Amino acid sequence: MTQSATVTVDAKASAHSAAAPAAAKPAAAPAARPAAEASPGIDWRELIGQRIIPPILGFALFIAVWAAVAQVTKGIPGPSSTFVAAVKLFSDPFYIAGPNDVGIGWKILNSLSRVGLGFGLAALVGIPAGFLLGRFMFLNRMLSPVIGLLRPVSPLAWLPIGLLVFKAAQPAAIWVIFISSIWPIILNTAAGVSTVPQDYLNVARVLKLSEWKVFTTILFPSVLPHLMTGIRLSIGVAWLVIVAAEMLTGGVGLGFWVWDEWNNLNVEHIIVAIFVVGLIGLALEQGLMMLARRFQYN
Amino acid sequence: MDNRYVHLEQVGMAFDTKKGRFVALQNVNLDIAQGEFISLIGHSGCGKSTVLNVIAGLLTPTSGVALAAGREIDGPGPERAVVFQNHSLLPWLSCFGNVYLAVERVFGKKENKAQLKARTHAALEMVKMTHATDKLPNEISGGMKQRIGIARALAMEPKVLLMDEPFGALDALTRAHLQDELMRIVQATGSTVVMVTHDVDEAVLLSDRIVMMTNGPAATVGEILTVNLARPRDRLALANDAEYHHYRSAVLEFLYHKELRPAA
Repeated sequence: MTQSATVTVDAKASAHSAAAPAAAKPAAAPAARPAAEASPGIDWRELIGQRIIPPILGFALFIAVWAAVAQVTKGIPGPSSTFVAAVKLFSDPFYIAGPNDVGIGWKILNSLSRVGLGFGLAALVGIPAGFLLGRFMFLNRMLSPVIGLLRPVSPLAWLPIGLLVFKAAQPAAIWVIFISSIWPIILNTAAGVSTVPQDYLNVARVLKLSEWKVFTTILFPSVLPHLMTGIRLSIGVAWLVIVAAEMLTGGVGLGFWVWDEWNNLNVEHIIVAIFVVGLIGLALEQGLMMLARRFQYN
Repeated sequence: MDNRYVHLEQVGMAFDTKKGRFVALQNVNLDIAQGEFISLIGHSGCGKSTVLNVIAGLLTPTSGVALAAGREIDGPGPERAVVFQNHSLLPWLSCFGNVYLAVERVFGKKENKAQLKARTHAALEMVKMTHATDKLPNEISGGMKQRIGIARALAMEPKVLLMDEPFGALDALTRAHLQDELMRIVQATGSTVVMVTHDVDEAVLLSDRIVMMTNGPAATVGEILTVNLARPRDRLALANDAEYHHYRSAVLEFLYHKELRPAA
């Protein structure tokens, strides 16, 4: 395993190091080869040149464009004043000065808990539903058109229904998260179940495993990678929707904060909020990717 | 009842496809005695795997009678263990876990955990895979996976072992090695085996009888060749054996003269 991994890294490294000097001086290419082979572990040149410098350049470009836009546009704060505002916000993230005046830490936690709750309910309903849809063709044919109809609906269109049914803003926001994040879970789980290799199911048939044993030893482990993809997409959607939902429902949270600061014309805080939303979304995605990799068997 | 363990009588198999009804098998008659090693050979697409799946119970014939132990084959069951072509090990279970799953299913009601574990270890021992007990299937080679597949099937102590091109995906050396192992195991356990193969040498080396199938569609049993070579058989000794070559050319004659390969 380790051996083959090193070989690919080396091959890639030598391909890179060979390609660059070869254009200028062909004789340099063979000389570069032993150097690449001499360092067995991490090739630092490859790592820094290909993995670290490009993202730094990307962010530098982003900040430069932002600074330029801020220069010419009245009202858009530049990177430095935003940074100062962020430092101030994060220096005391957990203060409570009133029911709606709390630190940024609380806002983040509140938004996360809404997403967690809405997504949790979606998983609770969506995973079993996905298994049923994948296992029973009849159910699949019965419900696919309905799902097809409801899935493209913009999440916020569900908000009035939630407000009507729950008569309160908080459950309505969670309802919006639930309804918008349930589809990827159902569809990916169902797809996973219907693509369980026939060979595995034949093994189950020859062994005459009970339906429960088939589920625990074959269906569930086999579907898990698909399910993880569904969860990843679903949490992504939930996090995408939370800001908009909170803008409309109010309460403590990142979304309402953005709206509140817009009313205060505190644009620095809006930009900080954008970064916070982005960073947390990225962290959720990466965390789930890492989790998903643990369930990859092939 | 005589010792005919498997009895196929006028078995036919048709599939409904988009282009209409496809008759894969027609009028297949075959009796397999207990302890017999049968090979099914024929060109690809001749339905030899279909015959195996009918015996396994994975397919229900559309006509005719398929009996095992005097009873109609009604679905698959552990007394007719299958070694699948692509091993079909569950990738999330260790080698031990894969074999144990089968052992637990077959003997779990009568035996305690320690006995079940002992059975599993014995099966791994038989295929010489004790070193990979805790490894996952994707951590071992193709030949080793197939050994585990055989161990899983044998551990169920089946009445008949059904093998669908068990060594087809392996390189020649590994294949030869596993064939020898299989001969040793079958000799020791006295198993009844039905093996699908497209390898003439494999068929002659391993079989008591070779069932040669005609080309599909509507394939059927063309000829049955009884191989009267003494056991245990040694591949090196047989390489220069006139009788062996006689059987070998008989099969080749059937495959390449009487049943010309269909335009593929």
